[in-house]
Amino acid sequence: MLSIRNIVKQYANHTALSGVSIEIEKGSVFGLLGPNGAGKTSLIRIINQITAPDSGEIYFNGEKLSPKHISKIGYLPEERGLYKKMEIGEQVLYLAQLKDLSRAEALNRAKYWFEKLEIQNWWHKKVEELSKGMQQKVQFVATVMHKPELLILDEPFSGFDPINVDIITREILELNKQGTTIIFSTHRMESVEELCDSIVLINKSHKILDGKVNEIRYNYRSNSYKVTYNGNLPYLNGSANSVYEMIGHSTDDLHQQITVKLKNGNSANDLLQFLIPHISIEGLEEIIPSMHDIFVSKVKETGGILPEELQ
Amino acid sequence: MNKILLIVSREYLTRVRKKSFIILTILVPLLIMLMYAGIFALVIKGDELSGPRNVIVIDDSGIFKNKLKEDKTIRFSYLDASIEEAKKIVKSGDNTYLLYIPKFEGDQPLHIELMAKKQAGLGFSSDIENQLENVIRDRKLTEAGIDQKVLDNLKTNISIDTKKLTEKGEEAGSSGAAFGVGMAASILIYMFIFLYGVQVMRGVIEEKTNRIIEVIISSVKPFQLMMGKIIGVALVGLTQFLLWVILTSTIGSVAMKALMPADAKHKIEQMQKQPGASIKAQQPDNPAAKIFDALNTIPFGMILGCFLFYFLGGYLLYSAIFAAIGSAVDNETETQQFMLPVTLPLIFAFIFSVNFVVNNPDSPISFWMSMIPFFSPVVMMVRIPYGVAPWELALSMALLIAGFFGTVWLAARIYRTGILMYGKKASWKELGKWLFYK
Repeated sequence: MLSIRNIVKQYANHTALSGVSIEIEKGSVFGLLGPNGAGKTSLIRIINQITAPDSGEIYFNGEKLSPKHISKIGYLPEERGLYKKMEIGEQVLYLAQLKDLSRAEALNRAKYWFEKLEIQNWWHKKVEELSKGMQQKVQFVATVMHKPELLILDEPFSGFDPINVDIITREILELNKQGTTIIFSTHRMESVEELCDSIVLINKSHKILDGKVNEIRYNYRSNSYKVTYNGNLPYLNGSANSVYEMIGHSTDDLHQQITVKLKNGNSANDLLQFLIPHISIEGLEEIIPSMHDIFVSKVKETGGILPEELQ
Repeated sequence: MNKILLIVSREYLTRVRKKSFIILTILVPLLIMLMYAGIFALVIKGDELSGPRNVIVIDDSGIFKNKLKEDKTIRFSYLDASIEEAKKIVKSGDNTYLLYIPKFEGDQPLHIELMAKKQAGLGFSSDIENQLENVIRDRKLTEAGIDQKVLDNLKTNISIDTKKLTEKGEEAGSSGAAFGVGMAASILIYMFIFLYGVQVMRGVIEEKTNRIIEVIISSVKPFQLMMGKIIGVALVGLTQFLLWVILTSTIGSVAMKALMPADAKHKIEQMQKQPGASIKAQQPDNPAAKIFDALNTIPFGMILGCFLFYFLGGYLLYSAIFAAIGSAVDNETETQQFMLPVTLPLIFAFIFSVNFVVNNPDSPISFWMSMIPFFSPVVMMVRIPYGVAPWELALSMALLIAGFFGTVWLAARIYRTGILMYGKKASWKELGKWLFYK
């Protein structure tokens, strides 16, 4: 659907993107991750043809990206904005018409969306009369009015209360089911795991990681397990053994739990064989790293500055 | 193109629907009419309102008695009393003056004094001076043996009719009328450029601070947005101007009918009916007729055309720069550092026109100023009523169009970078860099 090839963008004092290539499949939900200043916004602006890359190409459905694709892309910027003094209805119609929709068609779709999100009675209100969360809803409607094939959402949930996050998530997933490809730029890793099929991680203008979310998490396993058991386990007090290293231990009224990292050449079966003579095992679970952990470790590894909420 | 139209119509409609637009549209013609009414009242009624000035004359020379002319505004009374007594009267009465004429020393009295509770107005005192001079001159001429009849014959009243020699022959002209028309057009253009240029700038800043800019330019090119805004505001300006003209003339004619005394109305109607030349033949001394005559010589169609051209050209040139400034800042207070260098040429052109061009419309400096696009809208409008060679006009217009394309090109380059820059205080150096971004 979208093929980004070797994009370079330089500003006077810094490089925003150096040779970034990304493939985005049709119908996928694609996460664009990276700390602030990594180059995400620069990339999004290039896809939206707001700015031009210094070199590199983008193909949209196999065609070189050109102004005719503008009406097939919907963009919700991180910094939301609407005309404060303009009525909501007029505003939504205006923005849709700028995306090549006829007024009649725009009116139809606006009615559909206003009913769907139960905001019909806001039609004649001005933006300045609405709360921030309400404005976000209107902005979302304005973004999807023209049924874009590609929807680019930059931090779509910032400023929403949990109820509205659910509503918007539902709408995004429904659009995705209908075939809309979605690029999702965010820091919120839990929503990445929940929504995204694939991701790319950008740091300091370079792509440092990309692939399917499940595969990435699978690949970043560290051969660690969580074991829940009853009984007395020797080796608890840090005494060494040939199978694993202790990472953590916890106890509650009913059972105990250890977290271990297996030494090279050992498998889960070896761990079980080693433990069974000593304790009765209630559960064994491989620890698959969360996207959050992968994000943090990769960004630290490549020397980036983490956003505050992730430190 | 379609998108520009869409932007133009939004910019136009939101502005025209604003309360401030409607209020300004109604208020300005009313203010203009009030101003005119005020001036009218002052000129026509001013002297009558305060009543005639009573001038007590103490004439020690004895030759002025009953020779000073009275009219509605001046009454003379001749008193055979001492100055001290007369002073007392003056002190006790409003609007009373004391004119003291001492005895002749040589062939004229020295130290003539005009006293009052308040300083006498300049017009009033020079009026009296004139009268005294006339009386003395008449007396001298009579003494020299010249007959009173000859004297009366000598009195002539001259006023100069300025005429331009053109290829078509003689044309009557009036520097007074040309002055008035040129200045009015120049002031209007100056005001409009400021008024609406700043509106464009505000609009750009609004979009930037609202952060809607990124949404819009993901749909249209920054250039389209900028041009849409500039054209939209230009149409607002033209609408407002048109409404002002219509409203002012409507209110004016209604007020005329209601307030004008019948005979004056009749006079004006007569003047308007007759072509200028015949009025001149019939009533050579009627100054009102002369003004009408002079106004007729000014090619209003041509001036109106030029006015619209220079109004639009000047506005487009400056508003593009204003748009660029708006894009470079985060809020209106930051515009100061950029505003001054931009408004300076405009203010300079205006002051220059008022003080120099009106007096020297054909000097080389006036010529060059009316060629340079940043000055020409204001300067040329002052020159046009005096008559400007067609090639000069054509060159000036062509240069203005070229200048407009030049500034729009530059402004667009600054604009497309500026609108996406937040939080950085832009310097002139930075703006220069933006010009060369890809």
